[in-house]
Amino acid sequence: MEVTFQLLRFDPLKDRQPHWETYRVELEPTDRVLDGLEAIKGQMDGTLAYRRSCAHGVCGSDAMIINGRNRLACKALVKNMKEPIRIEPMRGFKVLKDFVVDMGPFFEKYRAVKPYLIEKEARPQKERLQSQEERERFDDTTKCILCGACTTSCPSFWFNAGYVGPAAIVQAHRFIFDSRDGGAEERLSVLNNQEGVWRCRTVFNCVEACPRGINVTRAIGEVKKVIAKGGR
Amino acid sequence: MELFTWLFMRYSGVLLLFLALGHLFIMHVFNSIHQIDYDFVVRRYMALFWRGYDLCMLWLAMIHGLNGMRILIDDYLKPPWQGRSVKVLYVTGGLFLLLGTWVIICFQPAAG
Ligand code: SF4
Ligand code: FES
Repeated sequence: MEVTFQLLRFDPLKDRQPHWETYRVELEPTDRVLDGLEAIKGQMDGTLAYRRSCAHGVCGSDAMIINGRNRLACKALVKNMKEPIRIEPMRGFKVLKDFVVDMGPFFEKYRAVKPYLIEKEARPQKERLQSQEERERFDDTTKCILCGACTTSCPSFWFNAGYVGPAAIVQAHRFIFDSRDGGAEERLSVLNNQEGVWRCRTVFNCVEACPRGINVTRAIGEVKKVIAKGGR
Repeated sequence: MELFTWLFMRYSGVLLLFLALGHLFIMHVFNSIHQIDYDFVVRRYMALFWRGYDLCMLWLAMIHGLNGMRILIDDYLKPPWQGRSVKVLYVTGGLFLLLGTWVIICFQPAAG
């Protein structure tokens, strides 16, 4: 079937403003939006720029606004989309070219919450044991693929780029609630301020945007609670 | 600090719900507003309890509202207007708070 795409193109060398362009490509209904982009780039206009790597919803590199909502192009089926399929870059980051945005600030925030195991006790002889319940506690937030869909769907972030954003809080949550980790205090001190969890206004856009179905707002709420209680 | 204001908003919100509902029922349901006049207030303010009730409500509501406004300003305005607006907000809010407190504490029925 023939599918119509409208893409918000922007080339920093040529354009002063982004502009819409229309493309028609031949696709199967079971194809993904990403396949459409590949067809456009491969057969019609090689200058089209976007990120993608795994093409299977694992690497998190192809989040973009598809028909008004943040999604992964590789997880959105063409047959489920209304035509024309309109694609824009994620909101809130600097657009480098077409759908490629500057993720630098995003990963800076990610690093700020120290997303790695911080040892509190002496290193055990063998592995660190953890019960199934303890693992379950932070299971939801381990699923994050750092695509940025949540952060760039958040009005608090759009208006205030200083906000650490849902993705970084999800990552912090993954370690704060890990029984093996000892760095909760350091992470909470990063999050316990105006640009941290308290800028979350529970808008729930992040929950809707997350391609991994993570209950992001709940995770943020749990971090707020831990701060209010003064510990895990 | 932000933690404190967050908690305050939650607790004061719950308290205010009861205080304001109580106020609403007393003033508009149990008494009709046509009965509420100067004498009504004089009689009511003989009891320290009602002065305390109103004082509580005034402070909680004002601070709850001011903090809410501060958060809105923080969300929607950028510096330098952000800081300026918050200052104006605090000064006007503070004045009303003092005025209200003064009335509640110092109210004396006029002689005669
Ligand atoms: S929480 Fe979900 S939306 Fe946010 S970065 Fe992780 S996978 Fe993407
Ligand atoms: S290309 Fe890897 S998540 Fe879509």
